[in-house]
Amino acid sequence: MKIHEYQAITLLKAYGLPVPRGILAETPEEAKKAATTLADCVIKAQIHSGGRGKAGGIKLAKNPDEAYKLASEIIGMTLVTKQTGPEGKRVRKVLVTEKIDVKKEFYLSVTGDNEHAGIVIVASADGGTEIEETAATHPERIIQVPVSVITGFQVSEGNPVAKAFGLTGALKNELINILSGMVKLYLEKDCSLVEINPLVLTKDDHLLILDAKINFDDNALFRHPELAELRDINEEDPKEYKASQHDLNYVTLDGNIGCLVNGAGLAMATMDIIKNFGGKPANFLDVGGSATTEKVKVAFQILLSDPNVDAIFINIFGGIMKCDVIAQGVVDAAKEIGISIPVVVRLEGTNVTLGREILKKSGLALISASDMADGARKAIAAAKEASR
Amino acid sequence: MSILVNKDTRVIVQGITGRQGSFHTQQMVDYGTKIVGGVSPGKAGQMVGGIPVFNSVIDAVKATSANASVIYVPAPFAAASIMDAADAGIELIVCITEGIPVLDMARVKHYLEKTKARLIGPNCPGIITPGECKIGIMPGYIHKKGHVGIISRSGTLTYEAVKQLSDRNIGQSTVIGIGGDPIKGISFVDALKAFEADPDTYAVVINGEIGGSGEEDAAEFIAKHMKKPVVAFISGQSAPKGKRMGHAGAIISGGKGTALGKIEALRNAGVAIAMTPDMIGETMVKTLEAHGIKL
Repeated sequence: MKIHEYQAITLLKAYGLPVPRGILAETPEEAKKAATTLADCVIKAQIHSGGRGKAGGIKLAKNPDEAYKLASEIIGMTLVTKQTGPEGKRVRKVLVTEKIDVKKEFYLSVTGDNEHAGIVIVASADGGTEIEETAATHPERIIQVPVSVITGFQVSEGNPVAKAFGLTGALKNELINILSGMVKLYLEKDCSLVEINPLVLTKDDHLLILDAKINFDDNALFRHPELAELRDINEEDPKEYKASQHDLNYVTLDGNIGCLVNGAGLAMATMDIIKNFGGKPANFLDVGGSATTEKVKVAFQILLSDPNVDAIFINIFGGIMKCDVIAQGVVDAAKEIGISIPVVVRLEGTNVTLGREILKKSGLALISASDMADGARKAIAAAKEASR
Repeated sequence: MSILVNKDTRVIVQGITGRQGSFHTQQMVDYGTKIVGGVSPGKAGQMVGGIPVFNSVIDAVKATSANASVIYVPAPFAAASIMDAADAGIELIVCITEGIPVLDMARVKHYLEKTKARLIGPNCPGIITPGECKIGIMPGYIHKKGHVGIISRSGTLTYEAVKQLSDRNIGQSTVIGIGGDPIKGISFVDALKAFEADPDTYAVVINGEIGGSGEEDAAEFIAKHMKKPVVAFISGQSAPKGKRMGHAGAIISGGKGTALGKIEALRNAGVAIAMTPDMIGETMVKTLEAHGIKL
């Protein structure tokens, strides 16, 4: 799960880390009011994406009137950044923060190091730019310090980072405090990323967090009910949101063949084979191992609600998921909402005979496929026919 | 011969009274697996399909001398279940559960280092030695006893590979689903090592996917240490970038992790690549022919 910058800043502050003064504003009036308490201030669009500055979503205001004007421009605009895709994201609120005079910018993050079953601090003295860019152009300017999930952050682990940043004495202590807090937050809240970019050295020689991004491990949200309210569904694809509400794993793509598959690997392979045979998948959809008839019905509804979908390919190899459950879900959904586009079904695995029988008895006009390749070819042909 | 499990493996089921646990216990028993007990806290004394239920793994091991365990308990409790099994002296733990928090698995991984337990999974279909022992959720009937080993990160894609081989009369020695989670027990390399050492396995299929570096590590191992031929399929060639991977995470893998990168690494290691999932069986047929291997 992703959250906004203002929420990340609030969390970091709660962990005792240095952040600038900032006030959230949802209207130009609120931005103006916030600016009166901050003198020179920065108006920052709050969307779940990096690269906001380049896209025109971060502006400097010299007085409250200017803050009003800039906020009224930014709120409601659609920002297109490298990370949003061409459709962009609509800005619904801005963060008004004090303007900071900066001597130097750094990059810091804590993320998972799955290979070593640990976590890792990633740091670079080149702050402010995207870390992917630094990785591509100056990989030698990025350092990584592994941290144990058992012991947490050890003060000595701050040494290489301080050295890379050229910080000593009191500033080194400030850095270690920040690193320690980032790791603590990461471990306590089950994060998958805590990123500070930039961390800045201010004119009066202190470290301050100017921008932050925090992602959480979706699998661990059950034990952090306090994080649930940070979710902003406006930032999510509506189909992906609906799917997540039903524990379905769905990703929107730009093709016209809807896919309903069990298992992430088979779902990806299904996309691959469709593409390889010259078709275009409309989505990735893994109905998971423990799907109920109801869940399958929702999955089917999501596919049918996508206007780009010209045909549907159901590819099921039952293991934990039983074929009769899938079949019943498809039949229920089809009877309830009606199917106006061709549906190709390939069933194999646990309870396959029962499943095929349910489909047969339903009287629905489904196209049956003998295997995955056959199903992909039939779905592509049906989509071509239907889109004509 | 086979690897890790055979007809003598004695299995207990953790979470046996749950919906999935009870259903798959029956399926495993029907296949011929020696299921000797089940665990469900507070339900000792009950029977599930004729299998005695115990309160803890320790109790179950004492009463049944089980040496393997399969876990069907829900994600919030799965990490503790794995550690319980290891504490009780279980040698092979197969964790089917999907959705375990990453940090839980990181802690479990370190915990297991101090025990003799080996973990398969989590988020995996399990392991099967056809005709002898099925531990997990895979449909038994698609398998056929034979001499090709399979290692896979995906459940359903494993079945796909198995069926394609069986349909071509190519049986399997052992099939392992190592699981789709970023932090897991047995890796591709661990399983390849075991298959290379197993005299009854003549060739191996690996089913990989995008993310992580398990396939690249496998390629390095194959180039240096494998004499047996290997066939691979990597899924996710058409997956959009960055949808699932964290921001800084993509850097740490440093160019590793894409389907094409993995395919390239495996091909350079002499692995025969199936470019589409329907070609796994055919690619194995050709590879066996090319190496003059008769089954």
